[in-house]
Amino acid sequence: MKMNRRIFLGKTAVATAAVAAPMVLADGHAKPRVVVVGGGAGGATAARYIAKDSKGEIDVTLIEPTRTYYTCFFSNLYLGGFKEIEDIGHSYGGLAAGGVNVVHDWAVGVDRDAKTVSLAGGGNVKYDKLILSPGIDFVDMAVPGWDISAQNAMPHAYKAGSQTELLKAQLMAMPEGGTFAMVAPTNPYRCPPGPYERVSMVAHYLKANNPTAKIIVADPKPKFSKMALFQEGWANHYEGMIDWIGEDFGGGNVSVDPAAMTVTIDGEETKVDVCNVIPAMKAGRIAEIAGVTDGNWAPVNAADMSTKADPDIYVLGDASQQGDMPKSGFSANSQAKVCANAVRGALTGSKVFPAKFSNTCWSLIETNDGVKVGATYEATPEKIAKVDGFISQTGESADLRKATYEESEGWYSGITADMFG
Amino acid sequence: MVPFLRLYFSVLAMTVSTVAAANTLGDPEAGKKVFAKCKGCHQVGEGARNRIGPHLNGLFGRPAAGLKEFTYSKSIQRAGSSGLEWHAETLDAFLENPRSYASGTRMSFRGLKSPEDRHNVIAYLRLFSDDPANIPEADPTATATDHDIDQAILAIQGDPEYGAYLSSECTTCHQADGGDAGIPSIVLWPEDEFVVAMHAYKTKQRNHPVMQMIAGRLNDEEIAALAAYFNSLDN
Ligand SMILES: Cc1cc2nc3c(=O)[nH]c(=O)nc-3n(C[C@H](O)[C@H](O)[C@H](O)COP(=O)(O)OP(=O)(O)OC[C@H]3O[C@@H](n4cnc5c(N)ncnc54)[C@H](O)[C@@H]3O)c2cc1C
Repeated sequence: MKMNRRIFLGKTAVATAAVAAPMVLADGHAKPRVVVVGGGAGGATAARYIAKDSKGEIDVTLIEPTRTYYTCFFSNLYLGGFKEIEDIGHSYGGLAAGGVNVVHDWAVGVDRDAKTVSLAGGGNVKYDKLILSPGIDFVDMAVPGWDISAQNAMPHAYKAGSQTELLKAQLMAMPEGGTFAMVAPTNPYRCPPGPYERVSMVAHYLKANNPTAKIIVADPKPKFSKMALFQEGWANHYEGMIDWIGEDFGGGNVSVDPAAMTVTIDGEETKVDVCNVIPAMKAGRIAEIAGVTDGNWAPVNAADMSTKADPDIYVLGDASQQGDMPKSGFSANSQAKVCANAVRGALTGSKVFPAKFSNTCWSLIETNDGVKVGATYEATPEKIAKVDGFISQTGESADLRKATYEESEGWYSGITADMFG
Repeated sequence: MVPFLRLYFSVLAMTVSTVAAANTLGDPEAGKKVFAKCKGCHQVGEGARNRIGPHLNGLFGRPAAGLKEFTYSKSIQRAGSSGLEWHAETLDAFLENPRSYASGTRMSFRGLKSPEDRHNVIAYLRLFSDDPANIPEADPTATATDHDIDQAILAIQGDPEYGAYLSSECTTCHQADGGDAGIPSIVLWPEDEFVVAMHAYKTKQRNHPVMQMIAGRLNDEEIAALAAYFNSLDN
């Protein structure tokens, strides 16, 4: 698709750099306190930037239950055999060294009047500003027959780690000529091209190890991101292996039976060997517990990611409802920096610069066949709005596709260093 | 300093600045009222079907004459096969005077002379095409701030703190420790070369879509602030 660079001027909103007046702190604590819940793409970045840029003027506590964060980004490459699981695991030592107080626990409650977060292990942490970046949870019964108790029989692998390893083990154990099924999610969900990159990586693995195996995808959507690029790639590299059943062909009318390992698509039941169910998603539970969600997501103000419900609570990344940005690691990282700048301004009076957001999502279709889609965004009074963008084209040269893939490797090193120090 | 840079900075010094603005396409609420004029022939929204004119769901990014089930005029078919796609800007031109934009279109409508009406109806129609949150490559829903005449930013020129803030966008991809696998290092890069390179991306003389996009929305002062910030890291 050709993107238009300039449209025309319509309604305008003024964006300026402002010097904020530092806020009055609760109970005369010497230093302002920021608590960040969730040490992923949004939370780790926000914690690191606030600690780094405030140079000790702000106490930053990060609450994250896991000691090793496995990135969802590149987890599909692990399924395809391009990465080892250790390659996508990151620990929090760098953040601790950078002055962030890392607490390995679950946040289980938020008292907005007392301004405290309670922990599963007991105790409360006080905050002046609270940043929630808890990622996603799944909507119950979104796919009839599946709930979270079925995640071992039919993994989602949409939070990386043990789920991803389980899906890989099931893929490797498939009988010769077996069937791999995916139930794709409804909009909006994390990583729009993610399910389709996964299909590509599964096909890559099967082509080499189980070439008569088949992949069926039941999709409730009529179209998806980078569709023309994926379909071109599937036809070129994996001819006859992938059957994508979109909304028009009943892909949305799907149910599963985890005990029998069957998938029923538009009335037709199929016995499968692996079934990757990616259910509809919603904001990580803690956002709802904090009372900052409206429906499945947490609406935020575009200029600083503060929630519409509470000016002292910010929501980043997948859990937020901000407008046009796709739910991606790149987006969460970009939003975290805007938020960090604003939170620092509010607490210490440092300069607050205009919000700028960007995103690029790379996907790997086959060895050295990388594609990407990217955009820039700005804050309008209503939302974060897309203002410009690009996408890889069909029919690009092998050299360009290889360079695009190599770029994604560079990006991975860059963003993980940016998150974890 | 090389002559190119001298010229570049003198042009900069003459730039007249106005207020920065992030622009929405128009007001969709007002556009809904304007759409009353179109409703006799076109449907949009859930369950919309082709009537006298084609339905307008998914219009943005669609090639002219792009619906298989609708019989278009020869003129619109020709426009489609020669590459016309519907985006905010092509729709704006078409709606101003349909007959002069595509002579021979069967759309017997005089056009919307008021730019505001056009912007509003376009903003309304945009609601019924792909959402960039789900399909990132979908058409924009706003226009970029004109960074070259951004007074708020000019006022903070040369601010190293601003350079540091802007640099956080770079470090999503370029490693701060200078690692250069897949994505080149930008650490320890001479200031003037940095400015020339960024300017070349901005004017699309250097070819990389991500960098063209990122540099395209940096004004000259911001590029200078970034260069100064990265340069300050060497010392
Ligand atoms: C298969 C796949 C491929 C992807 N590929 C890409 C890609 O190539 N590029 C890209 O940009 N994005 C990609 N993504 C998307 C990306 O992973 C997410 O958008 C990103 O991780 C969102 O960041 P986040 O901070 O919102 O949430 P997360 O990164 O998920 O972090 C949330 C953290 O919060 C913690 N948490 C949750 N609840 C609590 C609580 N109550 N208390 C304490 N901690 C809590 C969790 O343990 C977790 O560590 C991909 C996703 C998937 C599934």
